[in-house]
Amino acid sequence: MGNVMKTILYIIQKEFKQIFRNKGMLPIIFVMPILQLVILSNAATFEVKNIKFGFIDKDHTSTSRALVEKFNASTYFDVLTDFSSEALASASMLKGEVDVLLNIPQYFERDFQKDKYNTLGVTINAIDGAAAGLENVYITQIVQRFNQNLKVDLMQITDQQVQAINIETIPLFWYNETLNYKTFMVPGILVLLVTMITLFLSGMNIVREKEIGTLEQINVTPIKKSQFIIGKLFPFWVIGMGLLTVGLILAKVIFNVPMIGSLPLMYLYTSVYILVVLGIGLFISNFVDTQQQAMFISWFFMVIFILMSGLFTPIESMPKWAQTITEFNPIKYFVEVMRMVMLKGSRFNDILPQLSKTALYAFVMNGLAVWSYKKTD
Amino acid sequence: MSICVANISKSYKNVKALQDISFNVKVGELFGIIGPDGAGKTTLFRILTTLLFADNGRATVSGWDVVSDYKNIRKSVGYMPGRFSLYQDLTVEENLQFFATIFGTTIEENYDLIKDIYVQIEPFKDRRAGKLSGGMKQKLALCCALIHKPKVLFLDEPTTGVDPVSRKEFWEMLKRLQQKNITILVSTPYMDEAALCDRIALIQDGKILEIDTPEAIVKHYPKPIYNVSANNMYKLINSLNAYQYIHSVYPFGEFVHYTDKRAEFNAVELKLYLESKNLSNIRIEKTVATIEDTFMELAK
Repeated sequence: MGNVMKTILYIIQKEFKQIFRNKGMLPIIFVMPILQLVILSNAATFEVKNIKFGFIDKDHTSTSRALVEKFNASTYFDVLTDFSSEALASASMLKGEVDVLLNIPQYFERDFQKDKYNTLGVTINAIDGAAAGLENVYITQIVQRFNQNLKVDLMQITDQQVQAINIETIPLFWYNETLNYKTFMVPGILVLLVTMITLFLSGMNIVREKEIGTLEQINVTPIKKSQFIIGKLFPFWVIGMGLLTVGLILAKVIFNVPMIGSLPLMYLYTSVYILVVLGIGLFISNFVDTQQQAMFISWFFMVIFILMSGLFTPIESMPKWAQTITEFNPIKYFVEVMRMVMLKGSRFNDILPQLSKTALYAFVMNGLAVWSYKKTD
Repeated sequence: MSICVANISKSYKNVKALQDISFNVKVGELFGIIGPDGAGKTTLFRILTTLLFADNGRATVSGWDVVSDYKNIRKSVGYMPGRFSLYQDLTVEENLQFFATIFGTTIEENYDLIKDIYVQIEPFKDRRAGKLSGGMKQKLALCCALIHKPKVLFLDEPTTGVDPVSRKEFWEMLKRLQQKNITILVSTPYMDEAALCDRIALIQDGKILEIDTPEAIVKHYPKPIYNVSANNMYKLINSLNAYQYIHSVYPFGEFVHYTDKRAEFNAVELKLYLESKNLSNIRIEKTVATIEDTFMELAK
């Protein structure tokens, strides 16, 4: 037994030496993820800001100017241009100079007072459908608020009393009160980084021994497969945990992401989760002959895992069959758990379903990997 | 017997890599497998080192079956694959330490076995293995294969791609190891190295052509052999090939090795023939067959 431990420890030691001697590897392991976390978390936001806003005011009354002023006051819109004609405005949108056009018709104020009803023309550049949808919501909100004020200003008191009771909804965004996208994105991106690095490294690592021929030499030694695999994969488990630590520190220091839940719980889950990733990496490396092949296959799975993780698109809005597939996506569980624990303060019992599924996944994946490793002997 | 191979066959799809191979190697013997690239040498080594299953036949190494007792074999043999397969990013010493550890031993424990070889690379023990010269890599690989004091050493083309001086040194090392009662199975495509083995097996296209001592194999050569030289080598070979009594002709350094069909060879007649082909400086003299001649004859 002592000898077995000694062998495993020696392989681990050798593995770390090789990792730290590989000048190309170190930046990949530590600098790249940090850069990605900082850049992606700032860039990958769903908020639409700085919307380029143009308008055509044919009315030129205090009411129309007040409406434009509302847009100007909003942080979402940059009021850029006052177009003199619709033709000019359309040309400008075609060039991409404006995203949103507001068309205030002639006699806007007069007709509103007279008919208590009027229409506004809004044109939105919908090349980016998601952004256009959000822009529409912002515009509607501003116009509605303007509407309320206008009613008070322009209508007689009697009218107001007859008015139906308004139902107003006041949304409360729990666990992320300010709807801060960074709070939402940072845990997710952290998950991606931990997964990506550990998957790529472990997938490529054993193939490397195949490529340089050392695996053949190792196979003619009394070393057991299990010892060899544990010795080879353990360093990447450590690196994965290290990445989580670095990521959590950055999340706190740079993004001030709230960490309500328990840190040990996050580490507990991650420690099981990385086993799944290492199992997948090992499994891949058993079926390929070169690091290049391993890289391509890892990427293939990575892209599917990322896009179907619920990180960028909600799983609830996927078709039924796709939702079924996401059940087999380890990243999905990791994203869920990280968000639950970090933002909601979920406890062990809350994440138990995810934890047990991940543990089962780890068991199956590593079993398959070890089994196929023996088969290719 | 240290190695027993009985009727081993192995095919890859439709290529027959080994066909019904049988031979025995005695304890402490230096046994050479001699044959060109693609003859099946590496396949044979992979079967004997438990890396590959044979389709048919049985083999034992140190009395252990290569299939059922593979664990014991892996503990007691040293294997040096044809390709340099050590960790290029680890130093000389770390590589040696690594192999010592996974065999459950230490460098100190078996130092006397590798001492002669290791002292030559010891000045570079902190150098990464990838930065060593070809000959040094070979020595390091041999040290790593020896560090657990194996009973049998498998060397698959150990001198391919190594300079002539290092090759010579390497064979001297093998001779010394043999003194320590280690059985050595070595493969090589170089016929000159064959003469250094105790016994050799000539192998081609997966079949063994002959097994014997190098001296005996040379004696088996059926015909008298002649060195022929002239002023124009190319023309000489073409002319000999056109000669009516030719049995075989192979270029051999500055000479051509020629054998005749007839029992009674007439040198004067051949000389006249060659002169009629406008060749000059013709020399014809009897010589002794080499292993290469034997191989060419057998492989015909």
